[in-house]
Formats: sequence, structure tokens, C-alpha cells
Amino acid sequence: MKSAAKHPQNRRAYVNASLVAPAQGLKGPGGILIEDGWILDVGPRVTRDSVGSGAAVTDCAGLTLIPGLIDMRVFTGEPGNEYRETLASASEAAAAGGVTTMIVMPNTQPVIDDAALVDFILRRARDTASVRVAPMAAITKGLAGELMTEIGLLGEAGAVAVTDGTRAVANANVFRRALTYARDCGMLVVQHVEEPTLSSGVMNGGETASRLGLSGNPAMSEVIMLERDLRLVEMTGARYHAAQISSRHSVDVIRAAKARGLPVTCGVSAHHLVLNEHDIGAYRTFFKLSPPLRTEEDRRALADAVAEGVIDVIVSGHDPQSADTKRLPFAEAAYGAVGLETMLSAALSLHHNQSVPLARLVESMSSKPAEILGLETGRLAPGAPADFALVDLNLSWTVEEHRLRSRAKNSPFEHRTLEGRAVETVVAGERVYAYAGR
Amino acid sequence: MTIETRSPLLKGQHLLAVDGISSLEALRLLDLAESYVGVSRQADKRQPVLQGRTQVNLFFEASTRTQSSFEIAGKRLGADVMNMAVANSAVSKGETLLDTAMTINAMQPDFLVVRHASSGAVELLAQKVSCAVINAGDGQHEHPTQALLDALTIRRHTQGFEGLVVAICGDVMHSRVARSNIHLLGKLGAHVRVVAPSTLLPSGIANFGVEVHRRMETGLKGADVVMMLRLQLERMTGAFVPSIREYYRFYGLNAEKLAYAKPGALVMHPGPMNRGIEIDSDVADGAQSVIREQVEMGVAVRMAVLDALSRNLPAGGSP
Repeated sequence: MKSAAKHPQNRRAYVNASLVAPAQGLKGPGGILIEDGWILDVGPRVTRDSVGSGAAVTDCAGLTLIPGLIDMRVFTGEPGNEYRETLASASEAAAAGGVTTMIVMPNTQPVIDDAALVDFILRRARDTASVRVAPMAAITKGLAGELMTEIGLLGEAGAVAVTDGTRAVANANVFRRALTYARDCGMLVVQHVEEPTLSSGVMNGGETASRLGLSGNPAMSEVIMLERDLRLVEMTGARYHAAQISSRHSVDVIRAAKARGLPVTCGVSAHHLVLNEHDIGAYRTFFKLSPPLRTEEDRRALADAVAEGVIDVIVSGHDPQSADTKRLPFAEAAYGAVGLETMLSAALSLHHNQSVPLARLVESMSSKPAEILGLETGRLAPGAPADFALVDLNLSWTVEEHRLRSRAKNSPFEHRTLEGRAVETVVAGERVYAYAGR
Repeated sequence: MTIETRSPLLKGQHLLAVDGISSLEALRLLDLAESYVGVSRQADKRQPVLQGRTQVNLFFEASTRTQSSFEIAGKRLGADVMNMAVANSAVSKGETLLDTAMTINAMQPDFLVVRHASSGAVELLAQKVSCAVINAGDGQHEHPTQALLDALTIRRHTQGFEGLVVAICGDVMHSRVARSNIHLLGKLGAHVRVVAPSTLLPSGIANFGVEVHRRMETGLKGADVVMMLRLQLERMTGAFVPSIREYYRFYGLNAEKLAYAKPGALVMHPGPMNRGIEIDSDVADGAQSVIREQVEMGVAVRMAVLDALSRNLPAGGSP
């Protein structure tokens, strides 16, 4: 993680902002006072007058100040595919999207399935990345789904959870043992919920896939894996997080599991909250995602579930792909879309159309992931790291390929105009991003 | 005669999908094709409307009949036709579809006739080239010239499409021929049924405006046209249907099942046929079969499509 003490700073205050930090009960006018990368004070009492001449003051009139976002699902190309994305280039994209902590996935070359590789990620991030980085390590060696990794050592090295990333651990016995062992280590297990034998398709199964002549994945492939996993969670008592759900039926399953008191949480990508399978149009591969975009009915149910809190967190699912993996016939193209820079803006559309309250959106991308992962960031409180973002809720901006900071340009929002974005991002008291168009 | 007037027939630059053309455009194409049936039956078959034009047949998936049909069509219209054998090309050395397309495009062809195993591949290619692109079959998506030749064949034997009952039988799920026919015949006013075991029906098929049947007895009842589809061998040994003999027993077209249809109903098949599996030889070669006529109409329809698209080409050739 980025060391806060390494960059001592003078006292700084951001005043006259609209604070939104629901976990700290903050909603309304106020400010934040920071020093040496830490929060000294925050709330309505922090004003230009209260700060006096003891600090450099930034007036944030018209802007909303939120905790720095924590994105629980980020893929980069480092190590192994640096031409797609490095930790450094991903961190630039993150900063532009108000994301101050990226949780990176182990699906790299080599796979992050060894303590030394966890250490590698942390050191590379410290030396090159402008936001905080924490890795998830693999559940099984080489992501092969057969033998469990050194979950205890990986945790000691700094892995915040274990997951096989884009692969489900399909073997029920392997997964059961991993859950049992992870429970003893206090490690969170994150699963890609998709039954592989039902998932040979390349988009959502149904009429749209049939019309396009593409093979489909039924929503039930997700539901079946989720229901199996929840029985194993019940057996083992391990903490379990479904990385991304995409179907309205999965929402019902998670709701019921939570009602039974199981230690279960889940996420959804911002893409799945604002797009549906019809956006694929004429075989547009930037909309080829895993899990696939589903129907409008599913999309609405997912948004409602975020509002209700059944879905805990919103992630970007940031997955950089280049022309050689995307400019192909749909069935042959790679899955994934970049999303670090657009996650907040896409999520804000749910605030603007009044389907999810702003405070819930902020919570789902800051304090909630922090709570699930046991991070000290994601909150605006005295003594917490000074990670936050200033957001202009109503700023219209158009997503353009040449302006994206990610090394990969596979954004499904290309040429779309979004409303609201981070205009300044601060990590450990340091400004890592300022919107140029402001 | 339509051929001489050279008035525009199609709005688009390409022919990628039946779904993208109007019923009026389709009917105009059929009229033009009908005139080419006559031309093809003359001793001198040349009709040099494509003199000087270059047509490249780019088949990423093996095909004998469609490729030769397009080749003959182009040659009868006076175009220079080149068949690109993809097995010998750079594609097998790892070059991507778009790289191949750009390379061929740089050679200034006027027509690219493309078949590819992936749905949408022809559309992707069309976005990157400046010539006219004809979809000769993309994955499980569409095969527009097949649907047009089927429509032409049907029209020659019936009193128009309105209310005509057409039963499309067999592997609808994996069939681009079925999809294109469903769209085109539906557009022209026919009443389309699909008949297959549920494992060979794509999900949501009922929303395509067709009547769905699982039994030949009900599916063929009162049908004017029985269109059989090819079933790939690897799909009938347990993957989608249990065995060849079980498939034949319930879905193979023989004289007994054909008797459910209207007397004199047309029997069609896009070829190549699996005789004794989806269709019996005595039906395939019988009096009601128009399977060989479909092949003849294929050349006429492809001549019509090439002619129609050439009218939208810039006079000075492609830029």
C-alpha cells in the first residue's frame, strides 16, 4: 500500500463542500481538514473561519466531497501483459474516476498465487502507482481449480482476499476445502459465479442471442453456482463474496441467504447497472462481458437491489483489452471492458434517475468494500487516511477514446455523454487528479 | 426489361442480412433474378453488366456449392472472379480477419463475397472495406442469398406468398438458412412454422413470428412447402439428439410424413443432404422435390444481387 508517512504535507482544508459519507453519518455542508496524509477533522464544523490561517484552504462551492472510492474488481496486465495495462496506467485511470484504492485480480501472467508475487504487486504499486493498490490472490494454484494456494501466507503477504478472478472454482470438493481453510485464516473468498458447463455461450441466453446467431449463457448458470456455493458456505461458515451478479434471480438468492444469516456479500459492475444485452447491437465486442449483460428487467432489478442493500458493492470490473483481442468476430473476441474512469459517472446516472439514493451509491463504492475487505480507507473520519474525491454531480462529459487514461480503450461508453464525475482526487493527502476541463 | 434500365434496386451498399432489406427490395430482387433464369438457359449466357468489375470470393469456411454458384453468377455477368482459398492464405498463419480484409481491399475489388464461421464476422468486415460485401453465410446468423433463392423457387410454383404455409424442419438452432428464411418469408407474408425437437430450437424462437411445433404430424399438417434443414453429424450422436436412427424415426422426411402436408406440397433442402437421415432419397428425388431447381435459382439470385449492388457502386470504381 502507498505509504502515507513518506510524503509529509502541510495542513490543508477543503471547505464549503457538500459532504456525503453515510457510514460516518455525514450528509450536508461541511469541510475536511487534513495533515500529513491523514484526516484531522471532518464535518460541518470545518469551515474557512474554523481553520483560520493554519491551513491552505480550498473552497469547494458546488462540489460534493466523498470518501475515495474502493474498486473491488480491477484487472490489469501487470505482470505479463503490460501492453494492455500496467498498475501505473490503471492507477491514472482510477484517479480520474475518483478511485483511490484498486483491488487487483490475480489473473495475470504469472498468476498471483504465491506470496512473492503478492509482494511484487505491492512493491510495483508503491513505486509506480498513483493510488493505493491491494491484491487479491488466487484460490487455486495457477487458477487451475484443483489445488489450493497458501492462503495463510498470501494473507500475511498482503492479499486482501482470495479469488480465481474470471474463473469459477467449479469442483465442489476443492471449493469446500478452500472455504474451510480460508475460514480458519479469516480470509474472504471471492467467487466468479458461473457454472462452467452451462456457460459455453458468448452473451446472455435468450431471444436476442438467437437473433444474432450467437450462443447464449442462461442466467441459471449463475444462479446454480450461487446456490451451490451458499450451501457450501452454510457447511463451512466461511466468509463469501460473489464478485459480480448479473441476473434478477441471483438477487433473490442473495436476499434469501442474507435473511438466513449467512456471511455473504455480493457485487455488481457499473456496466450491468446501466447497460443491457440490446446494447450489443450489431456485434459490438466492447459490450461482450463476463458475466454477460442481461435483459432490461435484470438491469432494473440489479439497480433496485443496490438501493435495497441486497447488492453490497458496485465495482468497475475494469478489464483492459486491446484491438487484437477485441477487433474480432463477436464469438472470438475477448470478454471485458475498461471501467475505472466511468464507474462513478455510470453509477451517478442511478442517482440522477432517482433509482438509487446518492448516499447508498457512495457507500457501495467506499465504506462497504472497506468493511468487507477490512481496509482502513473508505471513510471520512478523524484519524483515517486522507483519501477522498471532489465530485461535480452535474458535470456533463463525453467519453472519448483519446482522453481515456487507461492504456486500453475498450469502453462501452465510448462517445456517450455521462453526467457527473470526479473533478479532483486526493490519495494520502496528495492530489493525484484534477479535471482539466474544469 | 429490368436489366437494361439499371435503376437502383437496393438502398444499401452491402447485402449482409435479410433482416436489413424491405419486402419491396426483396420482391424487386426476385423479379430481376427471374429475368436471369432466362438468360442462364440461353446458349449464350453472358450478360456483361459487370464488365471490368472484380469479384473476390473469400470463404473462411469450406463450401462447394455456394462458392461455385457465386463464381458462375459473377462470370455470367462478365466480372473477373477470383476465389480466395483461405486454407492456403495468410489466415492460417495467424493473420486476423480484418488484416486479410484490409489486404484484399487494397487490391481494389468491387465485390467481396464472404463466408465465415462466426456470426457477425461479415458485418465486421464490411465496416472496414470500401467495396460491396455480400454475406454468403456467417455462423448461425444469416445466409441471405439462400433465403432469396428459396423464395424465388417457391414463387415459381405458387400463387404468391400471402398465407402460404411453410414448415422449416430440423436443426433450426444452428441454422443461418432457417433464420434468413424465417425473416424473408415472414416479411413476404408467408405463415412460417418451425418443426424440431426442443434441443434444436433456439431460445425465444416463438418471438420470431413463427409457429413452433415439436412433431412432424402437426407441423406439416396443411403445409404448402416443407423445407428440410441439414443436421450436422456431430450433433446427432448424443449432443443434441440421441442417435441418427431416433432422429430419422421422428424427424426424417419420408413419404409417410410428407403425406401430412398438402397434396403436392413442395419439398426443399438447402443441401448438402444427409440422405436417409433428415430426408429419404425417394422424397428428395420425387415429384414434389424442387431441390435441384433451388440450385439453379441460386445462380439467378446471385446474378441479381451482384447486378443490384453494382448499381450502387461508384462509377469510377471504389475509392
